[in-house]
Amino acid sequence: MSQSPSRKLPPAPLEYLRRWPIQLSLVVVAIFLYAPLLTMMLFSFNDDRSITQWSGFSLKYYKQAFQNESLIIAFMNSLTIAFFSTLISLVVGAMAAIVLWRFRFGGKTLFDGTMAVPIVVPEICLGVGMLVFFAKVLPWPQGLPWPLNLGAIIIAHVSFSFPFVAVVVRARLGSFNRELEEAAKDLGASDFRALMDVVIPHIQPSLIAGALLAFTLSLDDFVITFFTAGPDTVTFPVKVYSMVRFSVTPEVNAASTILIVVTVLLTFLALKFQGSSALTAGHDGGAGEKK
Amino acid sequence: MTKPIIQFENVSKRFGKVSAVDNVSLTINEGEFFSLLGPSGCGKTTLLRMLAGFEMPTEGRVMIDGKDMSTTAPNLRPVNMVFQSYAVFPHMTVLDNVAYGLKMDGVPGDERRRRAEEALELVKLGGFGPRKPDQMSGGQRQRVALARALVKKPRVLLLDEPLSALDAKLRDQMRTELTTLQEKVGITFIMVTHDQDEALAMATRCAVMNRGLLQQVASPSDLYEFPNSRFVADFIGSVNMFEGTLDVDEPDHAIINTKDVGPIYLDHGVTGATGTTVWAAVRPEKIEMHKRTDKPPKVEDAPEGYNVIAGVVKHLVYLGSETIFEVEINGGSLVKVVRPNLTRWDQEDFTWDEKVWLSFHACSPAVLLS
Repeated sequence: MSQSPSRKLPPAPLEYLRRWPIQLSLVVVAIFLYAPLLTMMLFSFNDDRSITQWSGFSLKYYKQAFQNESLIIAFMNSLTIAFFSTLISLVVGAMAAIVLWRFRFGGKTLFDGTMAVPIVVPEICLGVGMLVFFAKVLPWPQGLPWPLNLGAIIIAHVSFSFPFVAVVVRARLGSFNRELEEAAKDLGASDFRALMDVVIPHIQPSLIAGALLAFTLSLDDFVITFFTAGPDTVTFPVKVYSMVRFSVTPEVNAASTILIVVTVLLTFLALKFQGSSALTAGHDGGAGEKK
Repeated sequence: MTKPIIQFENVSKRFGKVSAVDNVSLTINEGEFFSLLGPSGCGKTTLLRMLAGFEMPTEGRVMIDGKDMSTTAPNLRPVNMVFQSYAVFPHMTVLDNVAYGLKMDGVPGDERRRRAEEALELVKLGGFGPRKPDQMSGGQRQRVALARALVKKPRVLLLDEPLSALDAKLRDQMRTELTTLQEKVGITFIMVTHDQDEALAMATRCAVMNRGLLQQVASPSDLYEFPNSRFVADFIGSVNMFEGTLDVDEPDHAIINTKDVGPIYLDHGVTGATGTTVWAAVRPEKIEMHKRTDKPPKVEDAPEGYNVIAGVVKHLVYLGSETIFEVEINGGSLVKVVRPNLTRWDQEDFTWDEKVWLSFHACSPAVLLS
């Protein structure tokens, strides 16, 4: 680590980052991934209506975005939907994960497989499916008071987010030492107490990670929401899409930037919780956490 | 004094088609330090888990304290367990870990705390209460697991391979500590282990299991000196096994005619029909080694009551306190001999390819019928 800066060693066999072809490919990948996003974010601060000509720094489109009432309503709708769908996905997903981990039952493989379907099926198919479902099977009544009018979208969001929660929680359960649960029961805990006292604390990081994942998935979903949303239930991504159809304004840029920041922040938090759980799984000894 | 506390009555446990425990009947008395011993997969852990309530017998009954508890849930049994991984709850402090069982029993907070601290004192962890398990060593975590199980004052304490995760020095220390602890608290201990040394050193009585079957239940010395089968003789310690036919069987002596070493003379009768195949098992430390010259041996030279075999030293393992010799005998097979190094020069007494006499007393071989 602390070698003298004057002496430069040739790259070691596994020090790929010090070889120029790898460095180049990293730069190219970074440009492809982030250049469009950065351009969009940059022009949200543009003084001019143009989104191609830079004329000066300004926050006026952020102000405009915050004054656009229908945009604010859409944003609030999105947050509400995300909140409820996260809550339901968390409970359903965690329960599914625990059932699949804990018990042996007939059709377990089938259940396991079908749970992954919403993850792999193209969103558009899921969207069309939801459209037909809410038109024919479960027509969601129109004109309900807020937030009941968002029910159909919430149900749709739960159906594609809970498998993600289940996958994350199940991965964490894989590192659970079953003897802990047995020890709790041996000491007098009922099945339920053992679950609450020992299993839940162990999977807590994955519950947080799963919840944040479900939240971001719901917040920026467009396709499925577009097919299930009624005329009076516009969400943020759908609203942005309708604004872009007329013209791309810095206001859209500003709104999108806010969404990106929120999403990135939540994803970062999710990864952090998952990461810390992966680090501590099966780890014994070492520096313990301080109280 | 010998009041039965655990009774297995014709207990069998099958997982699908695999029979883990096969028709085991066993009584364990109050106050015993009982050990279930056997190779991995022999069913000893399954037997222990049936006591704890994590497995239910397919057939037969498990009685604890005179009550049939075959299907009682683990949280309703008067037994507690120390798990192989210790299973100390990582998100609780040491004190909370120990107090957990009392909390489940509804013991009020003050008493809970007092008793948990007492239990920690008992396992020499006084003052460690506020620590988290990941700030403790493996040995300390095991003590937490012990305190946590003992604090509930169970009728029986179950220990699943308690010493297997400790390093050698600590293991020796914990052996003594566990036996002292057992005498102190007076609770029946039942320990599962695959380590014969551990079982011999700690238990008052052992059950040797193999493939789900109970092979022998006896005190450690009886297991070692009077094994009832080739499996037990071979599993406990090391042994030289000579196969032969029972030629003479009188009340005061018997002769086994073996392929490898010729006739083996025994100074006691054997309960077997003459002409049947039997095995004579001789422990390596019960064989003495003497120098041999080229002169052919005379029968009257052999000390009375001893069997004498001619051989040549083939391998030699110096272990400091003792030396292990492998001696080739006429039949071509190798006989293991352990010789304590009584003086500092003893190790030089015998060397490779040296001709030796092996002798063992007529009472030394254990005669095995199966």
